[in-house]
Amino acid sequence: MTTYHPSMARAWRAARVDNAMVQSRTARVRTRSIKTTTKDHLLRLALSMVDLTTLEGQDTPDKVRSLVVKAKRPFIEMPELPSCAAVCVYPAMVPYAREALDTHFQERRVGLASVATGFPSGQIPLNLKVAETRFAVEHGATEVDMVIDRGAFLSGDDERVFNEIVTIKDACGAARLKVIFETGELGTLDNVAAVSRLAIAAGADFIKTSTGKISPAATLPVTLVMLEAIREHYLATGHMVGMKPAGGIRDAKLALHNLVLVAETLGSDWMTNEWFRFGASSLANDLLFQLARRDDGGKHYVSPRRFSVE
Amino acid sequence: MQERPELKLSGALDLAPALESHKVKVPEHCGHYIDGALRLGKPETYFSNLNPSTGMPLGTVAAADEEEVDQAVKAARAAFPGWSGLSGLERGKYLFRIARRMQERERDLAVVETIDNGKPIRETRDIDVPLAAGHFFYYAGWADKLEYASGGKPVRPLGVAGQIVPWNFPILMLAWKLAPALATGNTCVIKPAETTPLSAMLLAEILDEVGLPKGVVNIVNGPGTTGAAIVNHPDIDKISFTGSTPVGRMIMKSIAGSGKKATMELGGKSANIVFADAALDQAVEGVVTGIFMNQGHVCCAGSRLLVEESIKDEFLARLKRRILTLKIGDPLDKNTDIGAINSPKQFATVQRYIKLGVEEGGTLWQGAACDAPDEGFWVLPTLLTDVHPSDTVVREEIFGPVLSVLTFRTPDEAVQKANNSEYGLAAGVWSEKTSKLFSVAHRLNAGVIWVNGYNMFDPASPFGGMRHSGFGREGGVAGLWPYMEVVR
Repeated sequence: MTTYHPSMARAWRAARVDNAMVQSRTARVRTRSIKTTTKDHLLRLALSMVDLTTLEGQDTPDKVRSLVVKAKRPFIEMPELPSCAAVCVYPAMVPYAREALDTHFQERRVGLASVATGFPSGQIPLNLKVAETRFAVEHGATEVDMVIDRGAFLSGDDERVFNEIVTIKDACGAARLKVIFETGELGTLDNVAAVSRLAIAAGADFIKTSTGKISPAATLPVTLVMLEAIREHYLATGHMVGMKPAGGIRDAKLALHNLVLVAETLGSDWMTNEWFRFGASSLANDLLFQLARRDDGGKHYVSPRRFSVE
Repeated sequence: MQERPELKLSGALDLAPALESHKVKVPEHCGHYIDGALRLGKPETYFSNLNPSTGMPLGTVAAADEEEVDQAVKAARAAFPGWSGLSGLERGKYLFRIARRMQERERDLAVVETIDNGKPIRETRDIDVPLAAGHFFYYAGWADKLEYASGGKPVRPLGVAGQIVPWNFPILMLAWKLAPALATGNTCVIKPAETTPLSAMLLAEILDEVGLPKGVVNIVNGPGTTGAAIVNHPDIDKISFTGSTPVGRMIMKSIAGSGKKATMELGGKSANIVFADAALDQAVEGVVTGIFMNQGHVCCAGSRLLVEESIKDEFLARLKRRILTLKIGDPLDKNTDIGAINSPKQFATVQRYIKLGVEEGGTLWQGAACDAPDEGFWVLPTLLTDVHPSDTVVREEIFGPVLSVLTFRTPDEAVQKANNSEYGLAAGVWSEKTSKLFSVAHRLNAGVIWVNGYNMFDPASPFGGMRHSGFGREGGVAGLWPYMEVVR
């Protein structure tokens, strides 16, 4: 297990970001014009990167089953489209999701991600966070999306945040660990840069912007700063870390610009759902809308009612 | 030893062509706009204008001779009493209308400018044209408030201004010169560059459309001889020139003792200083903008990178990675980052400097996300390392996408090297330590200093150089002063 040392925290906190130029860089990415073959390719790629998510108090086993079917075969009229990367649910829904995943379209592989550690606030004791993680993994979660203790990070207690991640990573076993920062609560890009380095050092397989419960969530500037942390780590160690912007990416255009940012920051190795995900619920339907429209030759209006709503 | 991990950036995203679809009619011939009327010019003076991204002819351009320049100056002189006699409020309304009309025709202007100049549509659309309209908006507001620019004293215009603009920002430079001159009540004879006459023809249409009184703005096309005719005309009161230092020097010699006032915005060899405590990824962005914007055809281009020795290798690695994502090619493609070199002549100049840099001991590195097209004039983003302060490529302005890389160890050395230039147009400083930024910025001898940024322009911000980069300011309240005088 990785151990914490105060000198590590000093290095993380020394990461430097310049707001104005980050904004200017991402504004430039927003001017990339994605057309024809590139658009076809990226829309499909983006669909394959979606962690189709439902994280509501009103979630029911049935709703989760529908979500699974949708993730496996997003649009019945276009069976050649790829499946989503995973479904993402609350721990209590993991057993139902597992059952549905094993029942429907068995030839299509879709991951099962469970949020854990007192999502979305992270305000429960560590032993319960561990227990929650174990529950999810034991019931078939292949990925765990944990939240960090933002209060501890903002108060400067990097050791606590680090050790929690290490502990949860251990509880995950073979499941991949995504660490959620809730960047909307961190306030500055400097904090985003620091916590990204912290989480990567603690063993995060993925770093993830937000829970989707707080706004702003996955803005391009935040995503860029996190991608730069991943890049720095990879170039220093050769070890890849994944990225998951989540929350606020509702339309295909923004999703595609996220992919441009990934391609121009990390290169082609990250252009796969093994290393890049979108945490989203409504994005999938906008991607399908665009794909169906292009499939029609763009001649007709495509009714949003052609797509199921989960 | 294990190989160092590297990212697969070049070609990571194969962007399909996204050509600007807006169709414009490119005028087949550019004549002159004198006394509110378009003229064809004298056929024996016609020369051809090339599309730099294809090398194919775009049409013909007339060159105004002394007689035609004289007619333009006479028209401007005749319009002067009426124009300067208007209230500032009325002049401001005209400027405001020009600005609005430029906005309405922004796509026409952007496309024409890109075809003519070779710079990417991304830049003309997002930078040149909006900024050009912005200058007219800004000076529209000043026109009835001129005493506030002169400490409360009454002011008057100088008379007829002769203005000569370069080819690197054709429409933007027209706006930089015309807007303050008109706001203060002067009338103008302006000459676009010989390789980029098209957007000025669109501007003439716009001036017509807004009903600007005839003769207030006269546009004469042609090469340096036309410029000389303007400079030497006895009835010109003020020369405003943007271009190379040698030509600026010639102009100053020829107007010496004539009583003509002058503003010179000349060349540069500006330093971009990156300290080890800068936000490096963002500094990379600033260096890229600084030297590769508009293919480096920018007088204030950050063409000398001064990087702290301890981070040189790491910083250059980051810079190269970013360069490998820049798309070079068809300027009308909305995804193009690096367009074409403006003319065969400039292409030859840039190539000559690159060769010279290598001959003098420099190490050459060139890169981009894709190959350059076969036809037209293209230079990949270029780095020259292992160069020294005495090398030609460190001392002379190249006016191309060529970055000379030097190192320093202390702030004192950085300042000394940055100031070790005949020029003094601009400089950039990058650090996250504010006290260092301030102390270094105040010791740099240049007209424009950017702190944690580069090539950031605003109509409200004065622009201009010192030493061989010229004198006088354009933009901001300071941009009014060269066009008016206090009534004693």
